Amino acid sequence: MEAVHNSQAPHVSFRNVQKTYDGETLIVRDLNLDIRRGEFLTLLGPSGSGKTTCLMMLAGFETPTGGEIRLDGEVINRVPPYRRNIGMVFQNYALFPHMTVADNLRFPLRVRKLAANEVEARVKRALGMVQLEAFGSRYPQQLSGGQQQRIALARALVFDPQLVLMDEPLGALDKNLRERMQLEIKHIQQNLGITVVFVTHDQSEALTMSDRIAVFNHGVIQQIDAPEALYEYPTNSFVADFIGENNALDGTVVAVAGEECDVRLDCGTVLRARTGNVGAGGRARIAVRPERVQLAGEGEGANRLDATVRELIYLGDQIRLRVELAGKHEFTIKAPISQLDRSLRPGDAIRVGLDPAHTRALDVPAAH
Amino acid sequence: MSTAVDTSAAVPLPAEGDGTPLKKRLRRAERRRNLLFGALILPLALVVLVAFIWPIGSLLTIGVDNPEIHDNLPRTLAALEDWSGSAPPAEAAFRALADELAAAKGSPAIAAIAKRLNRENAGYRSLVMKTARKLPLDAAVPAREALIAIDAQWGELATWQAIHRAGGALTPFYLLAAIDRVIDADGNIVAAPEDERIYVDVLLRTFWMSLIVTVCCLTLGFPVAYLMASLSTRHSNMLMIFVLLPFWTSVLVRVAAWIVLLQNEGLVNRLLMWIGLTDSPIQLLFNRFGVYVAMVHILLPFMVLPLYSVMKGISPVYMRAALSLGCPPFRSFWKIYFPQTLPGIGAGGLLVFIMCMGYYITPALLGGPKEQMLSYFIAFYTNQTINWGMAAALSAVLLAATLLLYMVYARYLGPTRVKYMKAR
Repeated sequence: MEAVHNSQAPHVSFRNVQKTYDGETLIVRDLNLDIRRGEFLTLLGPSGSGKTTCLMMLAGFETPTGGEIRLDGEVINRVPPYRRNIGMVFQNYALFPHMTVADNLRFPLRVRKLAANEVEARVKRALGMVQLEAFGSRYPQQLSGGQQQRIALARALVFDPQLVLMDEPLGALDKNLRERMQLEIKHIQQNLGITVVFVTHDQSEALTMSDRIAVFNHGVIQQIDAPEALYEYPTNSFVADFIGENNALDGTVVAVAGEECDVRLDCGTVLRARTGNVGAGGRARIAVRPERVQLAGEGEGANRLDATVRELIYLGDQIRLRVELAGKHEFTIKAPISQLDRSLRPGDAIRVGLDPAHTRALDVPAAH
Repeated sequence: MSTAVDTSAAVPLPAEGDGTPLKKRLRRAERRRNLLFGALILPLALVVLVAFIWPIGSLLTIGVDNPEIHDNLPRTLAALEDWSGSAPPAEAAFRALADELAAAKGSPAIAAIAKRLNRENAGYRSLVMKTARKLPLDAAVPAREALIAIDAQWGELATWQAIHRAGGALTPFYLLAAIDRVIDADGNIVAAPEDERIYVDVLLRTFWMSLIVTVCCLTLGFPVAYLMASLSTRHSNMLMIFVLLPFWTSVLVRVAAWIVLLQNEGLVNRLLMWIGLTDSPIQLLFNRFGVYVAMVHILLPFMVLPLYSVMKGISPVYMRAALSLGCPPFRSFWKIYFPQTLPGIGAGGLLVFIMCMGYYITPALLGGPKEQMLSYFIAFYTNQTINWGMAAALSAVLLAATLLLYMVYARYLGPTRVKYMKAR
């Protein structure tokens, strides 16, 4: 184990980091990011958003065009990858095909010139950690995808790195296995107390595993927060749309009163919402999650709207309603089966309520 | 899911319609497919048989063929069948020989007999010719006295032993000669006289030169293939054209070009003299150097292409993984990348080596007498001395050496033997 670090000091920090491949477009614009010691940080974003480039710069396979990256306070821009002592799990595992599983695990230990008995003890421990003790003498091709994934994880951890990077490691697995591996990786990370930087484009994976999520788009971090905060309190439309499902209604801000504001929708209705990144007089987009729409909207109160049911989709544990509301044809409501009037039919008129506490006025993204 | 169980394939299917069991129907279906496969490869199989296996097989049999005595003196051989070899043979053998030589007199057969027996005992040719001139014998005189009267050698045991030895339908003579061995008068296999030993040296030289060319091709080809595999498609296609360029020119033209370049007044020598490395022209042609340069040039693509195809399949992520695990670049290359290229090295090496073993035109045009390889001698015996037996025997040796090499490759380096491949 390494010497005790100041737990307040960031494990990794990016300062004004830029990266361009062609000298014209910046893949990473101006990245400032502190990664806390022992946290599980996920870099989430669509492809081409710069998240993988950030990971590769941290691993040392790409050099930042500008700015600096610090690891434990030391600038590592010019440290070659093999001296960084960072574990890495690759997208397609990258297990060496000409070596057995055990030799794959011995590789980083032998490179570090550990004594033979120490090597064997660690290999055994690492295989035990991923519950594949009996597979040491096999070749990677003889293992299933999930087993290869575990071996790749064991190999990245066997030399006790304090920081482990994972580049979409679960992308090639099927859904069930992926969900099991998400928890398994999370538990291993918590048990070992290591820092993990995880790259994915799968938002549910990010929500499941992370302590914090950094949402990337166009080379800029849009928001960095804990999963719950990110989901409940997105700070812009991109984050609201990218994470989870979102209903959007466009309008103009007519008044701002502290944390709340009034937005006049294009159909004329005025809604009250929490103020996001908008100001009075500007265009705004009302963002509300489908499960936050109240169906028992009878009676008076703020944010009551008339809607027409267009479609009902039975999903077992819940019902999805597609309704027409405020001139918008695609508005989705999710409701638990127990709370729904089962006599509803397409064409029925209903009244819905949008709780101002869960309704946010955010920017209208520029049309592409 | 209870509905899934009902249609599960694990339930034995009842025999349908005609009541044939499932297994039998499966076999029938497979048989049709197998027949189709057979029909698809049949044309090529026939071509290979007629144009490759059959001619090679018949050429190889020429190497052990021994028809001269067996076909022309059958009665003599029959009479000698029970002969002890320690005393002169019976009168019947003398009579049969006299009759058969008389019958062969004046035809090409007599020359073939004389030549064949001369190989057993020097001086036999004149004995046969002299005897044949005085045949046929008077039927009243005992053949034995008459023949001994013609030449006293007919009374000697060695004379008859030679006929006896040469009488088999097959002979190992050419094959043994091709590895510098002869059968002595007592029937033992011994080394040929020193001044006649040549083919073992030639075979070793063939191996050695092939090895040098293969190693040179590997040394020059590996970096090129590596570069091609790591460059972008556009650049690697450009390099590929340069690698393939030699393929589009005839071997003869390329050899001729090397003669122009390497001769005493050629470009290379003039350049060397101009930059002052040498005062007088260096002999670059008609020695090993010229042969190596041209052969490496001609065979390089055969090394680069298999290497490239294997390297193209090695993901660069392995190198990154090795680096991330703390292994310095060169060691990562050696421990992780290089072992994965072994199938390509094996395939390219084998291809170049085997092609070298059969090389004829380049050493014949660019080399001196000391650079000639086995194929040169095969061509020499077929074209110059019309000794088909010797040509066939040398071909057999070359073929055997090549097959042996292939077996060694398949055993230790072949794609099915590389351990991790086998695991697939």
